[in-house]
Amino acid sequence: MHTLEPLLAEHPFLKGLKQEHLELLVGCASNVRFEAGAFVFRQGQEANHFYILRDGKVAVELFAPQKGAVAIDTYGEGDVLGWSWLLPPYHWRFDARATEPTRMISLDARCMRTKCENDHDLGYELMKRFARIIEQRLDATRWQLLDVYGVRS
Amino acid sequence: MLPDFFSVRKVRLETDDTFTLELAPAGGRQPFPFSAGQFNMLYVHGIGEVPISISGDPGKPGTLVHTTRAVGAVTRGLRTLKKGDVLGVRGPFGVGWPVQQAEGHDIVVVAGGIGLAPLRPAIYQLLANRDRYGKLVILYGTRTPADILFRKEIEAWRARLDVEVYVTVDRATDSWHGNVGVVTKLIPKAPFDRTRTVAMICGPELMMRFTALELDKRGVETDHIYLSMERNMKCGVGLCGHCQCGATFICKDGPVFRYDAIKGLLSQREI
Repeated sequence: MHTLEPLLAEHPFLKGLKQEHLELLVGCASNVRFEAGAFVFRQGQEANHFYILRDGKVAVELFAPQKGAVAIDTYGEGDVLGWSWLLPPYHWRFDARATEPTRMISLDARCMRTKCENDHDLGYELMKRFARIIEQRLDATRWQLLDVYGVRS
Repeated sequence: MLPDFFSVRKVRLETDDTFTLELAPAGGRQPFPFSAGQFNMLYVHGIGEVPISISGDPGKPGTLVHTTRAVGAVTRGLRTLKKGDVLGVRGPFGVGWPVQQAEGHDIVVVAGGIGLAPLRPAIYQLLANRDRYGKLVILYGTRTPADILFRKEIEAWRARLDVEVYVTVDRATDSWHGNVGVVTKLIPKAPFDRTRTVAMICGPELMMRFTALELDKRGVETDHIYLSMERNMKCGVGLCGHCQCGATFICKDGPVFRYDAIKGLLSQREI
């Protein structure tokens, strides 16, 4: 029987995780697929999953009046998508749309939050990893805010 | 120190605010040999002079090509030039990209915005001698899809089987199906061997600083990373001191520098 454990075990995001913690994650994991143009999640919806991209591409978008959907980031193979599941009120802040056929490993958020509450070591390990991702994305966002390619830069 | 006269052969609008001038020596003068990464001082009669990197092909010195944005008095003056108009050219000046020294290595070219213009001569040279190098990876970041410089050429480079090209924009509408995000995001997954890579970076200084840091983090040796600095150059020949930082003259000792040699300068606030 094929499980997702080998895929999760090899992923850099989960590198160093103890075997027992990996097994807990596998219990919350499933394969999902989105066709090009399909929304993975919409702003305001409950954040019930986070995703690890296996292939394809997902654009994170913000809908702005008179501008339409503005893409602010894209994620590809190997990237982790979604951290709103970690913090209350567990609602997505942006839209995420597959821009090409995309396969991902989906991890059920309620399942993960329960397991993290029951095993704080697992919770801490995941928090460390997501904190790193949030830090990287905040740095990138600040850089984008500076508009370094603008005329006065 | 005296300018030579060149006439405008062609003006091409690249994006909303960026244009290219193709120049030919006036009066049938000799071709204008230059090294990739060098710059000229362009003089617009009655307005002034400005340093602009050469963006053409070193293998075709008969035409002098410059790409710039109209952001100040002189560059706005350049923008008004038409075919047949004459301007002054002093140069070429400065130390260029280490294209020859990089033979045998993988090459990563990282360009931000108009920074692709000073790197394009190096790309031409790398492609003309493709078999002398390992992998060639071009990473380009800019503001929006409409700001992509030399788009047709980028598409042609990407169509080659021996070049990897990745483009990203800071923001886009849903009609763009490419990457969105800062250019440093492209570095962790770019396909080069960090132990034998030479990197050439040009763009806004903040972009170059973070790009060099990211390449360093990936394991590229800091003495194998090169940046093109373009600060405050006025005379172009190391006399006026405007571009001087300590003992270093950007115009004379650069504009291309090894990262390990100028790392400290990049974070000095008072310069």
